[in-house]
Amino acid sequence: MRSPLRLERRLEQPKRLNWVIPLISLVAALILGAIVLWVTGKNPFEVYQRIFERGFAGRRVFSDSLVSATPLAFTGLCAAVAFRMGLINVGGEGQLYMGSLAATWVGITFDNIPTGLMIVLMAVAGMSCGGLYAGIVGLLRARFGTNEIITSLMMNYLAAILLTYLVYNSFSYWRDPVSGNFPSPRAITQRAEWNTFAIFEIGLPIAFLMAIAMGFIIWFIYKRTRFGFEVGVIADSPKAARYAGIRTSSTIVLVMGLSGAMAGLGGAADVGNFRRYMDPKGLELSGYGYTGIVVAALARLNPIASVFVALLMGGLNNAGYSLRGPDFPSGLVGTLQGLILFSAVAGEILIKYRVKSNSRPSEAVAA
Amino acid sequence: MNSNLFIIIISSAIFYGTPLFFAALGGILTERGGVLNLGVEGTMLIGAVAGAWGSQHVGGSSWMTITMAIVIGMLAGGLVSTLLAFLCITLKVNQTVAGLAITIFAGTVGLSSYFAKTWGVSESPVTRQIRKLDVLGLADTPILGPIFFNQNILTYLSWILCVASSIYLFRSRFGLHLRAVGESPATADAMGINVTRYRYLHTIFGGALAGAGGVFYSLAIVPNWVDGMTAGAGWIAIALVIFGFWRPGLTLVGAYLFGALQSLSSTLKARNVSISGDLLNALPFFMTIVVLVLVSSRFAHRRLGAPAALGVPYEREER
Repeated sequence: MRSPLRLERRLEQPKRLNWVIPLISLVAALILGAIVLWVTGKNPFEVYQRIFERGFAGRRVFSDSLVSATPLAFTGLCAAVAFRMGLINVGGEGQLYMGSLAATWVGITFDNIPTGLMIVLMAVAGMSCGGLYAGIVGLLRARFGTNEIITSLMMNYLAAILLTYLVYNSFSYWRDPVSGNFPSPRAITQRAEWNTFAIFEIGLPIAFLMAIAMGFIIWFIYKRTRFGFEVGVIADSPKAARYAGIRTSSTIVLVMGLSGAMAGLGGAADVGNFRRYMDPKGLELSGYGYTGIVVAALARLNPIASVFVALLMGGLNNAGYSLRGPDFPSGLVGTLQGLILFSAVAGEILIKYRVKSNSRPSEAVAA
Repeated sequence: MNSNLFIIIISSAIFYGTPLFFAALGGILTERGGVLNLGVEGTMLIGAVAGAWGSQHVGGSSWMTITMAIVIGMLAGGLVSTLLAFLCITLKVNQTVAGLAITIFAGTVGLSSYFAKTWGVSESPVTRQIRKLDVLGLADTPILGPIFFNQNILTYLSWILCVASSIYLFRSRFGLHLRAVGESPATADAMGINVTRYRYLHTIFGGALAGAGGVFYSLAIVPNWVDGMTAGAGWIAIALVIFGFWRPGLTLVGAYLFGALQSLSSTLKARNVSISGDLLNALPFFMTIVVLVLVSSRFAHRRLGAPAALGVPYEREER
């Protein structure tokens, strides 16, 4: 049984494939999405046009999309940082929750410090808490070899339960003391609200600038430092890394910590620039952590590209949020994002391999 | 006697453990062939929504409807896994990311929710459920009655499948070939076993079993459609495959232990025992981590049964 096509490993990978292939993946995902829409009795062109109008067209809409994109930029960085070393951290969701928890605590507690200092404190608190939470997963992996995929995922559920408990099922610090029988989360102080700059009438959240900065910092760490080089060696060949005397265990914990810190910062940004309180239900509905994986995959794990791919997903999320209704069910955006992830992983093989016809081996069919 | 708390916990452990076992058994068959399916959670949700749809749209007798709903759920699960199989086996992409893609695509805010809304599954309640049977009229027998003779059809099916799959894996030629494919695909290929076919068939059938587990949620446990209703069961099932050392019998025991943890919250609430519901909800997830750490540390050096080629795509050496 011979399949009509076969894959042949590329000897060299041309640079332009780095952006051509993700673009092709995106188009492929849109086509697949159109098929799903068509099968379920909707007009794909109409749906796509509405997504574009509500997600990307116009200054106001774009400002909203920037807000939606900011946490995704951080969870995208979270996934990219870990995946680059072959550590599959799918716990961005829970690490973001923990960041939100710590940042909210800071935002409620310190009520008379300047906003600038407040932003720094909240960011640091979010990063530390998210980083520590992910660090547990890293420690288990480094010490016992426990599969990080399942542990990080279980910790997402644990974090969600913890946040729900704090806001809805207990009289904790995070619950609004005035809310009585209808529990609601407690808001941070006015001073703790993060700045949004207006540039050409587009609202640019300060957290998005932080995400861009983080993208560059991580790019620098991975491309220009000894630590980044070691991470690369471990990713390519753990055996070679061991022979070279690289301390794999501590690198695992550090990379997980860094990855979690990114998600935690996303949680802090979500509180400071957007929600102003720790909102368990809202966070669960948003699914930032999981969408971050899509962002990182489409950005081919490039930290700088992740931030900009996040804009695309943020626009999609924003459109889904404002269009949500009977003829635009909430599951549609998730479906499209899933299709984008499929196409992105399938696109990876076009970078590594050339597709050739099996029937006439002499005639090469370029991918 | 039969309202004894202990007996209720055991019988509901079996009830809640059944969907976990279905999904985990699917995982065993898939992984024994060397394919890692991390899309179980999404596959279960698709099975659940398809089963709920089936129960609302297939007419005829109650039995007919339920059987068809289960079949539709399994077909849907198999279909989703075909996609995974294509990505992992034919395109040879990274199996971890492909599995995650399935779960994001089909998951809580993805296709399962979209189908539920577009096909009106979430609007009307599920009228026909998978009910508990009274086998041979023995349901009221002390102690054994509620545990063995008062379960539903899928639980009995799961017991048959447990025995059948053990025989299949360890006593049949096909099982031997499957394990060869999972341990050393190159050797299996040299023996004349069709690696691709074995992997495809078992991945698809594994997905169908996960779909059946999903139907158990939408037609027996809840029973209705709620977005993301499996709430992590698919991931626990993936961990169960590891706890059960890739063996159906051990996995059945593990599934019932986790079924007990999952049922505790509703059982104790009905009994007015005042324990924080959140604490009980967190227990299965916490225990998954604990058991996973125990298994990985003590048996790290002699992994009992982990297929050697798990997660590695097979590429035949050319020339």
